[in-house]
Amino acid sequence: MRLSFPQLLARIGFSALAAIIGILFALPLIWFIFAPFNARAELGIAIPDPWTLQNFLTVFGNGFAMRGLLNSLIQSVGGVILVAAAATLAAYALSRSSIPGKSIVTYVLLLFSSVVSGTAAMVPIFLIVSSVGLMDTHIAVILVFAGGLLPTAMFILRDFIDGIPKTYEESAMVAGASPVQAFFDVALPVIRPGIVVVVVWAFVNIWGSFLIPFILLRSDDLMPSSVAIYSFYSEAGTPIVTLLAAYSLIYSLPVVALYLFVSWKFGFRFFGGIKA
Amino acid sequence: MASVEFQNVTKTFGTFNAVSDISFKVADGEFICLLGPSGCGKTTSLRMIAGLETPSSGKIMIGPDDVTHLHPKDRQISMVFQDYALYPHMNLADNIAYPLKVRGESVEKRHKRAKEVADVLKIGDLLNRLPSQISGGQQQRTSLARALVYPSRVYLFDEPLSNLDAKLRLEARGFLNHLQRDMGMTAVYVTHDQAEAMALATRIAVMDRGRIVQFAPPIEIYRRPATTFVANFVGNPPMNMIPVEGTIEGERLQLRAHGVLVRDLPISSGIKAALGKGAGLTLGVRPEHLSMGTINDVNMVSGKLFANENMGPEKLVTFERQDGGRVTARIFTDDAVETSENVAFTFDGAHATLFDAEGNRIPADGEMPL
Ligand SMILES: Nc1ncnc2c1ncn2[C@@H]1O[C@H](COP(=O)(O)OP(=O)(O)O)[C@@H](O)[C@H]1O
Ligand SMILES: [Mg+2]
Repeated sequence: MRLSFPQLLARIGFSALAAIIGILFALPLIWFIFAPFNARAELGIAIPDPWTLQNFLTVFGNGFAMRGLLNSLIQSVGGVILVAAAATLAAYALSRSSIPGKSIVTYVLLLFSSVVSGTAAMVPIFLIVSSVGLMDTHIAVILVFAGGLLPTAMFILRDFIDGIPKTYEESAMVAGASPVQAFFDVALPVIRPGIVVVVVWAFVNIWGSFLIPFILLRSDDLMPSSVAIYSFYSEAGTPIVTLLAAYSLIYSLPVVALYLFVSWKFGFRFFGGIKA
Repeated sequence: MASVEFQNVTKTFGTFNAVSDISFKVADGEFICLLGPSGCGKTTSLRMIAGLETPSSGKIMIGPDDVTHLHPKDRQISMVFQDYALYPHMNLADNIAYPLKVRGESVEKRHKRAKEVADVLKIGDLLNRLPSQISGGQQQRTSLARALVYPSRVYLFDEPLSNLDAKLRLEARGFLNHLQRDMGMTAVYVTHDQAEAMALATRIAVMDRGRIVQFAPPIEIYRRPATTFVANFVGNPPMNMIPVEGTIEGERLQLRAHGVLVRDLPISSGIKAALGKGAGLTLGVRPEHLSMGTINDVNMVSGKLFANENMGPEKLVTFERQDGGRVTARIFTDDAVETSENVAFTFDGAHATLFDAEGNRIPADGEMPL
């Protein structure tokens, strides 16, 4: 097919634009991969010469930062377990029971969730947590995250469970299972792909959050990585690029690992119903 | 096995009566079909026996027990669902054996029993597959196996064959009939397919808008439909219904309509009463009871040829009377049909069914039970 001149021009223009946008997105990632291995890394992209692990060794020597990774893990895993368990039970009840106005409940909760974990609610959250006496504890961080993420998690899961035929549990109960047995034997395995989505989503959310732990925690040995990363800034507030890059790479690994694990184990696929 | 009884059962969804004041009894060992068009309350009735819906009022008995408010798990019943409801994460062995698992049987025992049942249903060599890895017909048999694997008082079926193609459906229907003869199970079987109900049921309950219109053995439903609704629903093609004017000439009943002249039917007290009210009657004749005739036959229906469909051993001849009403006759293919414009058919007076203005069948005098 022959293109007319304006068409040709439009195509070239479009391709060029797409390429520029692509490069804009790729640049930070390229920096992210190269800089940690470069002893003289700066904000510009440079291929390391020579490649070195010196940055990592220095980072490993920073106790506060290393302790932060563990704290992040405690808070994320704790929050994820709480969110996944509570959201599954709540969404199951909301989906399967015949409470009048149950969809309104979900929408109101959803509306509030953006408020609860939002910056606007920081002062009340701070006051509540400190009056309950949970200031400066992992529990406080976990509870506040769970409260903020729960409504959205419930919403995602309810939608998922709504799409699963009730006849699974009904057939189990007719066959002699109690509602609890029917839930664990039949419903839960079918809902699991939905729960996995919520787990990944909640983990990524908590892992990357800065504000909530920063406000609710005092002690250095409780701070997660998102806060500890500031130990790689000089007193004057300028980042030490080499160390920051190395730490960032380490910091991002658990999330990448989770994605890989989940897509290997569950493949982000859903069972769905069986069609004849 | 046990009997099942509905006592004045009503089920309301909001303000809508899905089932209205139904009473009937299924004897121990009976196979009954709930037959009716979509939305008439069949599934709702079945689910109330299973305990998946609770009646708004009335009582449901299984055997001697009032189960109206009993949880499904405590009813000792089996149910085959329309969508089969096979657990997608369990292989066939675990699917079939699940009822035994919740009963606390050991793994060896329940897999042995699952294998036995699966062998009977010819899915014994698929036990390691997942439900998504077998065909529709095999899924249907798996769900049947799961219902049969444990002792049960009543077997419930909700359109279990409706997702199968025609050939498999016939095969499965034959198997269910055999099973019924073999086990003498008490079964309540929901279907909208009248042929399925005819083939399987010891008695059929025909339902219309939440009520049971007729509850009788298949042959009675077929020969003596209680109402025009039943007559229209049962039979393929259904009974021809022709609005007619009736008069009494001598000691015989005569019926007239466009293209219709019926001169020799017996009179009954019911007919006299219906004629006394001055309202018209409806004449019902099944397509298979019409045969080729002439304008001069004693019982004659005639009209303009509309369609002539070959069905293999038989054919369906449809003609249109002057007022536009269509009549279908089912005749052997070998019987020559005059392909002329106008055709006439005749029938034996014994095969005529008469309905009054309300649509209820008028019984003959001294009618013997079938
Ligand atoms: N859970 C429900 N809520 C509201 N209406 C329902 C519900 N279940 C059934 N119905 C209504 O009750 C009527 C009978 O339904 P059903 O028993 O499923 O009919 P059938 O099985 O004969 O096709 C239908 O009109 C249906 O819409
Ligand atoms: Mg139905």
